Amino acid sequence: MSHETTAHNNDSHDDHHAHHPTGLARWVFSTNHKEIGTMYLVFSLIMFLVGGAMALVIRAELFAPGLQLVNPEFFNQMTTMHALVMIFGAVMPAFVGLANWMVPLMIGAPDMALPRMNNWSFWILPFAFTLLLMTLFMPSGGPASGWTLYPPLSLQGGNSLAFVILAIHLMGISSIMGAINIIATILNMRAPGMTLLRMPLFVWTWLITAFLLIAVMPVLAGAVTMLLTDRFFGTSFFNAAGGGDPVLYQHIFWFFGHPEVYILILPAFGIVSEIIPTFSRKRLFGYTSMVYATASIAFLSFIVWAHHMFTVGMPLGAMLFFMYATMVIAVPTGVKIFNWIATMWRGSMTFETPMLFALGFVVLFTIGGLSGLMLAIVPANFQYHDTYFVVAHFHYVLVTGAVFAIMAAVYYWLPKWTGHMYNEKLGKIHFWWSTIWVNVLFFPQHYLGLAGMPRRIPDYAVQFTEFNMISSIGGFMYGFGQLLFVYIIWQCVRGGEKATAQVWEGARGLEWTVPSPAPLHTFDTPPVVDDSVAVHKDELT
Amino acid sequence: MTASTRKKPWQTVIGLTMMAVAMFGFGYLLVPLYDKFCEITGIGGRTADGPVQVELSDEINYDRKVRVQFVSTVNSGLPWRFEPTQRFMDVHPGKLYETMYVAYNRADHPVIAQAVPSVSPGRASLFFNKTECFCFTEQLLGAGESRDMPVRFVVDPNLPERVELVTLSYIIYKNDEATAVLAAVN
Ligand code: HEM
Ligand SMILES: [Cu+2]
Repeated sequence: MSHETTAHNNDSHDDHHAHHPTGLARWVFSTNHKEIGTMYLVFSLIMFLVGGAMALVIRAELFAPGLQLVNPEFFNQMTTMHALVMIFGAVMPAFVGLANWMVPLMIGAPDMALPRMNNWSFWILPFAFTLLLMTLFMPSGGPASGWTLYPPLSLQGGNSLAFVILAIHLMGISSIMGAINIIATILNMRAPGMTLLRMPLFVWTWLITAFLLIAVMPVLAGAVTMLLTDRFFGTSFFNAAGGGDPVLYQHIFWFFGHPEVYILILPAFGIVSEIIPTFSRKRLFGYTSMVYATASIAFLSFIVWAHHMFTVGMPLGAMLFFMYATMVIAVPTGVKIFNWIATMWRGSMTFETPMLFALGFVVLFTIGGLSGLMLAIVPANFQYHDTYFVVAHFHYVLVTGAVFAIMAAVYYWLPKWTGHMYNEKLGKIHFWWSTIWVNVLFFPQHYLGLAGMPRRIPDYAVQFTEFNMISSIGGFMYGFGQLLFVYIIWQCVRGGEKATAQVWEGARGLEWTVPSPAPLHTFDTPPVVDDSVAVHKDELT
Repeated sequence: MTASTRKKPWQTVIGLTMMAVAMFGFGYLLVPLYDKFCEITGIGGRTADGPVQVELSDEINYDRKVRVQFVSTVNSGLPWRFEPTQRFMDVHPGKLYETMYVAYNRADHPVIAQAVPSVSPGRASLFFNKTECFCFTEQLLGAGESRDMPVRFVVDPNLPERVELVTLSYIIYKNDEATAVLAAVN
């Protein structure tokens, strides 16, 4: 196949880099940012399918009231595992994979700053998820207390909790090492002339995300370690009988948890900020304001955590503070949405699949942002908390937000990775199929929540039947539609129309100056960057 | 490789690693911070862990009446009945009062339990002083044993004017370890 020959050409072309092991060893010992990036992305895709299968178990059970398919205990394990797999297994590794592939290419670096650590960061993950998933087969079953692992419930399950916590530690270590590597790369490896304010926004958003990761993943590690010692070593951090306080866990968890949701979305903002200018054939509007908006969102994300726990009983002053602080986040977020729209204004736009996903992101993510604002209103939150309204909110921001952006990124850069164009027609079908069914899946959940259907339950009152059926149908259609995505990628890896170096007519930036497929080693001699090559120039200045 | 323009990353890496370690410590630091914060502000209805010394010579405010409600909850792991003998009392700030909770062990073996108090509204908790309480120590009841357990308290005359109703609530939990040790000894 043509693909194999290109791969060979690259190998021989780069043979001054010592020889490369082949077969499995090539991947196990790889320190190359492109290979590691590919492994991250493949891993993430597998986890996306595993987590998706769990979601379909949930939706199948909820198709009708009553208990049909699974027992409540297993249902709870599915909701918990689905969330853990999707957040830590699908979305986060996908972003890290994209960073591995693209950050060095975008800043003109030959590789990541710490290639060996990069190998470790990746290879920890399969072990972490094996540990996590195998708890499902243990006598006490997997974790069933929700992905937030609130005590006392999480401490009342079986001994498999120890495996879950160890898995979370490993995922945390992997993320922290990945984040350190990304920051070290961005701060130390930029090509001459690539000043901070010439960096593409994907690089900027990842830089800020990496700081968030280093700041909060250790806090999560601390929280779950306290759970571990409470459960197995007789401490009483969260055990009221021993002088502890379960509400303390919620504070520590959400101190991690809210920045975490921004870890899941900031790189998506970066991706969309790359794609919209390309297909509008204009530079990004308000580049500097995008950078500052990202930084302020990251800062604000540290002072809003208690909006997840308004109902624990807080003094009025605290509720007001957290309510207003949460609402303030809408301001920099609004700046971003404004800038994306202004970038498209009077651009000569075309609508290839990456652009479609990016536009889908802008519209649907905004719906999730608006339901977030509704949830931030304290008296409304008392009504909506722990209902399907919250479920609808976070799926709009995470599926039509983070996942749509990741898919946009895959379509956008796939020609650069494989050297082939993907099948545009199938890509468009994938987009429209996903967009229609994802709304059928999640929009009715807003109404279910407003009508009072609680989240994390296997059975429900009969008046919720119709909307649950609609939602389940949407879920199955959306879910099976993703097999098309897998097929499109497979087809594109195998062959297809040859991609040029620039790939997209309007694309700017260093990654489009190297051939497609990008050879294993790029920018061994650093390129020189000036304003003419820089992706972004603030149109306001 | 033309490394001259590319800096060595080690300083960055060491700095960032230290930041990660510090944040792990910060997670643990949140525990005492949270406790102190609740103690100072009264958030969460915390009250002192031991008897409070009050000057009973303090003037008693006979013009003011505050209603104190008594509430109890038994954690599902504890085979006890546990209830206040009075639902409420109307008290004068500054005066010492006593009330009883009654506990009964339904199990066929001795059980050790710990009661955890909480006062609401939170801002009243700083002005609710217990001079004696069964919650200061663990409680042991033999199989089928029943006992009256006293609480003595004074409402501080400085209790904000707006507060007219104070609720004293106890949740009582089984102390699993202590109970197990007891079973092993017997
Ligand atoms: C304008 C921006 C946003 C606002 C005002 C907002 C507000 C909120 C509030 C108040 C809650 C708590 C609901 C409750 O449990 O009662 C919540 C939950 C949640 N939000 Fe957001 N949010 C925003 C953006 C995001 C983004 C960007 C993400 C992720 C990418 C996200 C992910 C989540 C998740 C996962 C939960 C549920 C956590 C759980 O309880 O399991 N949110 N949001
Ligand atoms: Cu939040």
